[in-house]
Amino acid sequence: MLRIVKYVLLDIIQNKILIGYTLFLFFVSIGLFNLSDDPTKGVIGLINVFLTVIPLVSIVFSTIHFYNSYEFIELLASQPVKRSLILWSQFWGLVFAMLLSVLIGVGIPIIIFSPTAAGFSLFFSVLGLSLVFVSIALLASVLTRDKAKGIGVVLLLWFFFALLYDAIVLFMMFALADYPLEKVMLLFVSINPIDLARVAVLLQLDISALMGYTGAIFREFLGTWWGIAYAFSILFAWATIPMLIAIRVFRKKDL
Amino acid sequence: MLEAQSLNKSYGRQKVLDNVNLCFKSGQSISLIGPNGSGKTTFLKCILGLVVPDSGEIFLSGLPISGKWDYRQRLGYMPQIGRYPDNMRVGQLFDMILDIRMGRFKNLDRELMESFEIEKFSDKSMRTLSGGMRQKVSACLAFLFDPDILILDEPTAGLDPFSTEILKEKVLREKQKGKLVLITSHILSDLEELSSDVIYIMDGKVQFFKSIDELRAQTGEEKLNRALARIMQEKN
Repeated sequence: MLRIVKYVLLDIIQNKILIGYTLFLFFVSIGLFNLSDDPTKGVIGLINVFLTVIPLVSIVFSTIHFYNSYEFIELLASQPVKRSLILWSQFWGLVFAMLLSVLIGVGIPIIIFSPTAAGFSLFFSVLGLSLVFVSIALLASVLTRDKAKGIGVVLLLWFFFALLYDAIVLFMMFALADYPLEKVMLLFVSINPIDLARVAVLLQLDISALMGYTGAIFREFLGTWWGIAYAFSILFAWATIPMLIAIRVFRKKDL
Repeated sequence: MLEAQSLNKSYGRQKVLDNVNLCFKSGQSISLIGPNGSGKTTFLKCILGLVVPDSGEIFLSGLPISGKWDYRQRLGYMPQIGRYPDNMRVGQLFDMILDIRMGRFKNLDRELMESFEIEKFSDKSMRTLSGGMRQKVSACLAFLFDPDILILDEPTAGLDPFSTEILKEKVLREKQKGKLVLITSHILSDLEELSSDVIYIMDGKVQFFKSIDELRAQTGEEKLNRALARIMQEKN
């Protein structure tokens, strides 16, 4: 598999958008850390930027890359190469590329300015989110044949996870305020990977004011460390399950 | 050597393969003929595992191929439209395919690469290649690993007359070595030279599967196109 991943990765690394993305992450990190003397404030500022931008870029970039590699995939599929291996190679190629971007764009500034627990949990959260959205992107691309439709679907998915989901949860909270729904809310937060990543960082920061309703419930029920462990295992599930479904679909897909 | 048993495939409501049963022996060279959209390419893609049939099974040397991948070592495929990664150079493409095979092949057959002088444009990027040059690259890849079965989907479309002759001679030589050759084409004169048997597919159904000699005897026509026309008339 590594042989094929090598070719996928070589193709992605030459992509100028990825280089621009890495530079963007890098300069936003440095800029926000330099805005104030307190690195915690930098981390808080970065959460809000990254939790919107990183899922968006990961999902759209992966989808476009998949459709642009269609010829490559077709070529490999007519060679003695296992079907599942072809899609796994795309996945690992994209994961390595995203890893590299986050490592340079987020990891290095954090090591320089804020090598704290909060800083590292921000780093691992955005890394986890990148994986999750690569995985979702590949599932969506395998299911839709048309490129424009595929990109539309992933944009909608991003919109849902990044904006719409919170709005729905808030609406439900107000509508059902008379009932004891804490545990249900916990469940709802576990469903959205972006919320999970946010909670995982905020739990480390110890700022209850910013933690919001869901974060407070998290701490109340799970405590800081259990909360973080829980958040990351659900993120892991989000990164693997869509990809496993994608592999199942891809094995039977007509090319 | 290659056998298809009650193969069915539909795209939505359209039936592209309708209960296809065929059996091929090595040394045979078979032409698939039929109108556009009759299911020829789909059938070839089923053999390659690029398209998964709804039902039915294909056997290669008695073993079912569904879900398998290593049997493709024995196939050489030249697609109808060769589509390759745009930002790859011709040389890189060949290196990559060789790399992916990991040395698991009998021997390399670079004869066609030499006749087509692939070396000359190995530094060109795939994006800049013309349709005919892509066809040459596809042809070279199909023959490169000396496969037992050659699957050629409209091999001569877009090739210049000189290159077409080179390719045809190559196919004939491989056929004489006892390989199974499956060709689709709309150029009947090419097929007449290359093939021993003819399959006529229409609307996903196999209309007939006969040797060329049989066809000639049956219709009393020497030319393949006339023989086919006669049969079509009789059917109607």
